[in-house]
Amino acid sequence: MFVSYKWLQDYVDLTGVTAAELAEKITKSGIEVEGVEILNEGIKGVVVGHVLEREQHPNADKLSKCLLDVGEGEPVQIICGAPNVAQGQKVAVAKVGAVLPGNFKIKKAKLRGEESNGMICSLTELGMEGKVVPKEYSEGIFVFPANAEVGTDALALLNRDDEVLELSLTPNRADALSMLGVAYEVAAILGRDVKLPETDLQASTEKATDYVKVIVDAKEDNPLYVAKMIKNVKIGPSPLWMQTRLMSAGIRPHNNVVDITNYILLEYGQPLHAFDYDRLGSKEILVRRAADGEKFVTLDDVERTLTADHLVITNGVEPVALAGVMGGANSEVTSDTTTVLLEAAYFNGAAVRKASKDHGLRSEASARFEKGVDPNRVRPAGERAAYLMAKYAGGEVLEGAAEVDTLTVEPAVVSITLEKINRVLGTELVMKDVEEIFARLQFSVSVEGDTITVTAPTRRGDIKIEEDLVEEVARLYGYDNIPKTLPIGSSTPGRLSAYQKKRRVVRQYLEGAGLYQAVTYSLTSEEKATQFAMEKRDTIRLAMPMSEERSILRLSILPQLLEVVKYNSARQNDSLAVYETGAVFLSNGTDVLPVEKEHLAGAMTGLWHSHSWQGEKKAVDFFVVKGILEGMFAKLGLSEQVEYVQAQVEGMHPGRTAVIVLNGEKIGFIGQVHPSMQKELDLKDTYVFELSLKAVLEADAPVLQYESIPRFPSITRDIALVVNRETVSGTLKEIILTAGAPLLKEVQVFDLYEGDKMEEGKKSIAFSLKYVDPERTLTDEEVTKVHEKVLGALEEKAGAVLRG
Amino acid sequence: MQERLKELQEEAIQKIEQSANLKELNDIRVAYLGKKGPITEVLRGMGKLSAEERPVMGALANEVREAIAVKIESKQKGLEEAAVLEKLASESIDVTLPGRPVKVGNHHPLTRIIEEIEDLFIGMGYQVAEGPEVEQDYYNFEALNLPKGHPARDMQDSFYITEEILLRTHTSPVQARTMEKHQGKGPIKIICPGKVYRRDNDDATHSHQFMQIEGLVVGENIRMSDLKGTLEVFAKKMFGEDREIRLRPSFFPFTEPSVEMDISCKICGGSGCNVCKQTGWIEILGAGMVHPNVLEMAGYDSKKYTGFAFGMGPERIAMLKYGVDDIRHFYTNDVRFIKQFSKHE
Repeated sequence: MFVSYKWLQDYVDLTGVTAAELAEKITKSGIEVEGVEILNEGIKGVVVGHVLEREQHPNADKLSKCLLDVGEGEPVQIICGAPNVAQGQKVAVAKVGAVLPGNFKIKKAKLRGEESNGMICSLTELGMEGKVVPKEYSEGIFVFPANAEVGTDALALLNRDDEVLELSLTPNRADALSMLGVAYEVAAILGRDVKLPETDLQASTEKATDYVKVIVDAKEDNPLYVAKMIKNVKIGPSPLWMQTRLMSAGIRPHNNVVDITNYILLEYGQPLHAFDYDRLGSKEILVRRAADGEKFVTLDDVERTLTADHLVITNGVEPVALAGVMGGANSEVTSDTTTVLLEAAYFNGAAVRKASKDHGLRSEASARFEKGVDPNRVRPAGERAAYLMAKYAGGEVLEGAAEVDTLTVEPAVVSITLEKINRVLGTELVMKDVEEIFARLQFSVSVEGDTITVTAPTRRGDIKIEEDLVEEVARLYGYDNIPKTLPIGSSTPGRLSAYQKKRRVVRQYLEGAGLYQAVTYSLTSEEKATQFAMEKRDTIRLAMPMSEERSILRLSILPQLLEVVKYNSARQNDSLAVYETGAVFLSNGTDVLPVEKEHLAGAMTGLWHSHSWQGEKKAVDFFVVKGILEGMFAKLGLSEQVEYVQAQVEGMHPGRTAVIVLNGEKIGFIGQVHPSMQKELDLKDTYVFELSLKAVLEADAPVLQYESIPRFPSITRDIALVVNRETVSGTLKEIILTAGAPLLKEVQVFDLYEGDKMEEGKKSIAFSLKYVDPERTLTDEEVTKVHEKVLGALEEKAGAVLRG
Repeated sequence: MQERLKELQEEAIQKIEQSANLKELNDIRVAYLGKKGPITEVLRGMGKLSAEERPVMGALANEVREAIAVKIESKQKGLEEAAVLEKLASESIDVTLPGRPVKVGNHHPLTRIIEEIEDLFIGMGYQVAEGPEVEQDYYNFEALNLPKGHPARDMQDSFYITEEILLRTHTSPVQARTMEKHQGKGPIKIICPGKVYRRDNDDATHSHQFMQIEGLVVGENIRMSDLKGTLEVFAKKMFGEDREIRLRPSFFPFTEPSVEMDISCKICGGSGCNVCKQTGWIEILGAGMVHPNVLEMAGYDSKKYTGFAFGMGPERIAMLKYGVDDIRHFYTNDVRFIKQFSKHE
């Protein structure tokens, strides 16, 4: 809502309060003023000029040579490019020395050899928006009415010596969608009175009801319909002051009748519609729901197909307006109109919203109906419009109105105790303070003991319950004046859950290991949603996505993380390590919430470590990534419960991928991205992992318990085994640990050889075995005995022989 | 003979002094003090001397040997020290060369902000509550006093999956769920961080996915003054002790009275600049007293219980705090961006 500071003074005395001060006060008491625009800021030296002579520029087809009286004795010559400049016009002239918006200084100039001493201005050149400029002046200069006084300040005449407050309204404050509503608010803030507009007029002896009859079939949607009749109107431009007020509020002037309906929309917040009575084709207004498939051409010349959800105004047979949204081309006011049927009605917000949404027609009018108009302002708005049509369109207003009224208007009556107000706010107000606040709001009150009963006017439809009164008191008392305290009463322990704590440990650990945390989008494309998904589920698709790229909820994090790798690689960050934790969404069928599982994914590529001047370089490989995960599991005390099993995972390198198994359950995978996918994404070798963080964080780790530090020396034996190439080290380690128990405490792989010195199909793996007895020093013989057992088991179970 | 010994002593000492390294020194030792050395030779000729002269000569010879040996020893020490110094000198390095880098990653800036806020409120007795990102319309809207057809639903165009299921548009449903879980009893003090989604086109100031942190306190006698005090503690800890806060009335369907909080602009100190749009204030969060309908729907007696709630956007806070100019940076994950948030202040 744009509120003109000058216009507001029609209703409230603003003496002693500047626009900026007013804006600050309004903001602090509940309606945010987003800005104050000084309309004539940066403009000076623009006056009304009279075009005395106009002739074609001798050297330019599109220019005119004009002689103007600008109220300074000698007429001045100005070259003008506007197509509509003509002799006799009163126009806005920027004299030599004038400044226009954008610090554009007007100087003496020669245009195609002719002297030009100033500039004749269009409204946009004076800082007005093109969309509010009347159509007839949109391609050229603005022409003032003939009575404009030459030499006077043109900006003042255009009401540009004004400031406009831009109000950002929350849905509950629909009452401030009008100048009067804002006036009541400002009056409450300043403790001043509201002056209502003039509506008294001499009505004709003819009765409106003799001209038209109103029938409402859809009373739910339209409980009040008032049709006023105005005869003998002369369509023409509305007065300049009205046009300029409309323009300052962002509305383009059309003609006097339409301008008056728009003016009332701004003044009263009540949308009105003017029909050309003679074009209605009947003496009847019938309000009903449209038939499914019914066609109707709105005044923007678009044919609309209606449904039974839409409320229409008809002439008894066919629609003449889409109620509260837009009128019809068939009954629109034109320059030939002489008799106006003026509609002032109360339409149900939901009905209007449906129609405006379905047809994509959001307007100043529909917005007001949607948010709810004041039922007690419908008739006064109609009266005021009729008054203005009589005054500015020469109309004759017929007596009374044809109407249907089934609207019951009951103001809200709410009681509250002073104790409650103080208890909720933490204040120590007395009843006098509270009474005074409601008096300023012009709410009537009655007080009985500690209880105050408030009757809210219908313009404030948002006042319904006790808390609404608390809010009114709080905002007018001033939020600044409410004390600052901290909650008292029973305390609650502040802490993270075990899960949340461990999640932080995981993040810290991974970052300590060199990975950066990424946060990517949950919505992705159909193709990417299921890539690397660990479970096969139906995809979950948005009903109305904004793009295919963001239409499906992800089942895995990796595709987005690979995008991150790709993005960074393309920007010379080719050594990269990133991770992300976040939900993936597993469908449980339609109409039920999906399972949201928190996943952890990581991607690494390029160099893991490098120290260039020492020639040290280590590229990321499977084991770098595995080592990081192993460290993470160790940190969480889960090392013993995790296994890595060679596996095939779609999208992954068939020979360099393992599934991660936690207590017998597959929880994720690790490995190299399939080279064909790497190529597709333009990636170098990239190693990744994705696993269920939920499974990891919810797994029970052994309770932390001190274990005595061995007091006796250990004995280490190294063995190099020759085995088949397919035999994996994990199997051998398992055999060694089982056979060597309980003295065998540690097994480490320390060498792997698969080179050509080995027999075809064989490889050599070397282990270091550490034997310890916590109770005593082991003898060589004892160790040899167990060691022999280990070697025997290796040979028997894995065909492993000592390398000769 | 006596002269010969003196001569040898002088000669030896001179050679010792001139020796340049341990090997030369050793050669001198062998040459003068060895069994075949000149001193030994001199002593062999002692047989020709008288019995009185012999002990005198013997003593002299020993003196000479001793003197040479002492000289050798001291020279050796010097040479050894020099050798060590030379070796150390040869081992010297350029300490200005760069060290072997330890690669350490860091939190995403949004996580950093969220954890900072979490920790602040944990210190004030709050717990961290989380909830689903795909929500029922009921928890996202209805339980928060936003029935179907409510005009305020326009404020947040949503990503629906079915008519009843959508991507949550705020983290408030976590509050509704938490209250419901408490079955109308006892105090609640939670903050709820998480991802939320709205039907916005991504641009410099909008993102279809973003983060939110909301707080909720419910109890007997929770007052608006408590909200004001709590928010002030938060603002000063988060943005600096020198920042002023300002509460403005606002509207949210789930709170009444509702509040918007501004903090004084850091850039201009309150005098007005581009960052604060000439107002001297920057909007930080929305808050209010929990609407009685919300309490009642979750099973709380609104006559007995009151509460306050607040909600804020980590992106906005990060943008203000660190001067980030485009919200899309948070989701592009350019490592050059994320890296900048490693430093701890």
